[in-house]
Amino acid sequence: MNLVAKSLTYKPDNEFHLKDVSFNFKKGNLYTILGRTLSGKTTLLKTIAGLLNPDSGEIKFEDKEFNKIPVWERNVAMVYQQFINYPHLTVYENISFPLKQRKLDKQKIKIDVEEALKTVGLMGFEKRKIQELSGGQQQRVALARSLAKKAKILLLDEPLVNLDYKLREQLREEFKRIFLGGFAEDTILIYSTTDPQEVMELNGEVIVLNEGKVLQTGPAKEIFEKPKNLKVAEISNDPPMNIINGSKTNDKVNFESINIDLPNYLSKLKNDNYSFGIRASEVKLSERGEEFEVELAEISGSETLLHLKRGNTKIISLIEEVMNFKIHEKVKIEFNSNKFYVFGDNGNLISSPYGSNNG
Amino acid sequence: MFVVAPFLWALSTSFKDFQSVNSKVTYIPWVDYEPSLEGWKVLIKSPAKGGVDIVEPYFNSIFVTCTASVISIVLGTLAAYALSRFTFKAGFVRNNDITFFFISQRIMPPIVLSIPFFIFLSTIGLLDSLIGLVVVYIVLLMPIAVWIMVDFFNRVPKELDETALIDGCNPYQAFYKVVLPNSIPGLIVAGMFCIIFGWIDFFFAFILTFTEVQLLPVKVVALNSSVTPWWSLSASALVSVAPLIIVAFIVERYLSKGNLSGALK
Repeated sequence: MNLVAKSLTYKPDNEFHLKDVSFNFKKGNLYTILGRTLSGKTTLLKTIAGLLNPDSGEIKFEDKEFNKIPVWERNVAMVYQQFINYPHLTVYENISFPLKQRKLDKQKIKIDVEEALKTVGLMGFEKRKIQELSGGQQQRVALARSLAKKAKILLLDEPLVNLDYKLREQLREEFKRIFLGGFAEDTILIYSTTDPQEVMELNGEVIVLNEGKVLQTGPAKEIFEKPKNLKVAEISNDPPMNIINGSKTNDKVNFESINIDLPNYLSKLKNDNYSFGIRASEVKLSERGEEFEVELAEISGSETLLHLKRGNTKIISLIEEVMNFKIHEKVKIEFNSNKFYVFGDNGNLISSPYGSNNG
Repeated sequence: MFVVAPFLWALSTSFKDFQSVNSKVTYIPWVDYEPSLEGWKVLIKSPAKGGVDIVEPYFNSIFVTCTASVISIVLGTLAAYALSRFTFKAGFVRNNDITFFFISQRIMPPIVLSIPFFIFLSTIGLLDSLIGLVVVYIVLLMPIAVWIMVDFFNRVPKELDETALIDGCNPYQAFYKVVLPNSIPGLIVAGMFCIIFGWIDFFFAFILTFTEVQLLPVKVVALNSSVTPWWSLSASALVSVAPLIIVAFIVERYLSKGNLSGALK
């Protein structure tokens, strides 16, 4: 009862949108596809839905050849990042559309639609036209439509990306409640996003996609703790992980004439040049630290993102309070060297604070 | 003011009789002149009784315009949907080339087409017949429909069709259950243009008909002020623009209800 793909490749006009993508999705699980824009997330979802035909490779679902089944017989549901509903229908008609299409009993349709409306918190909106709803409500209708369908495969393509900050937080909470609350018993739920935070919160199996290729698969925790290489570290962190090119000598790392003591877990490392990765939240302001120049300070919500520079090294620091900085101001920061990731020349992870990894 | 004045002038003239037109300048009915229905009555009298009989050309015009418009819109919409959603490759021909081919029919001056049409219709024996005119008008009107609808469909997000497919529609159902109901504004605009262009065409109606079938524009132009009185000319002019005014009013009412805009964002 799995959704299995073998080396899916999709390359219209000789440009790879998907390259050799394989996976094995099990029923009742939540899968998140993490990748930047244009990394092939939407292409992959559309291929699963059947809207695109892969140039090579195969998809099987419940041991049936999925490639040969047309979209409208596949029993999948999809929520787009744009709020796609049927503008000429009311909320009720929108949600019942796929059910009517399946020629279900009227009474049954009513029950299903009401249940879906309840789940997304849109009770009492049945008779509204789609245009009379806000963006968040429109997306809820789209979600309700796909839930009511009780499809065996539910695809969500960046469902929160076009919403404003507040609504996104709110809806993300609701998604967690809906998806993790035992909804997906015999459903395969596939959720694509650019936001690492969503991935961590949904806490499913993660597929990291970049330029149409799968870089890493594994549980969210593993992606976070042991990113396979620099690219994954970059994609799976927001703000992106800081990368410092430094040379290790004995128990110190040296870069931009700064010396930082390395923790024990890195002591066995050969003396060489490495890329050291450290998350923005592990770089703190400190009087004992090293001097950097402020390039930019962004305040978002209750946090301040500080873009710093010293020589050729650029660092982003995440400060958990709102602070004002002047551009070109000098500040002192300290690195939490206990949280250093080490990547080799080829970009592969050599050592992580959560245990070593040989790639 | 400039739009309404000629209409008012024609309207008042149409109710005048010989006395009121040819004596001094008169404006207001019942005060300046005694209104008469003489000018209107002439329109429905047969020529034998001294009338001009525009009833038959009128219904001919309505039939030709409506039939040609409906067929153009049905075919044009289907063609436009295909051009907007699917990719065609035939040699060097691409979608844009096909769209341009449709529009190019309207770029040519109509006189270029007159002789081919004449020969074509005479070969298949449809010269001077309603069906022949409908065929020609479809050729004239379909480019307009295709042009407007391609533009319209291009602005309908492709994801809407895809959602319909995912929700269990086959491509035909997706088209008529989802895309078409959301394209009513475009259909109305295209329909309006077709009706207007079909109704006002004089050139082909003039060249391709002789005695059997006459369309309204030809008939009205053929009226001669030395034979037909002014008041009848005014009445016939008013009658021939009336359908367009009615169409305009219907569309305007529809517009003001807000049904045309904002259906799709």
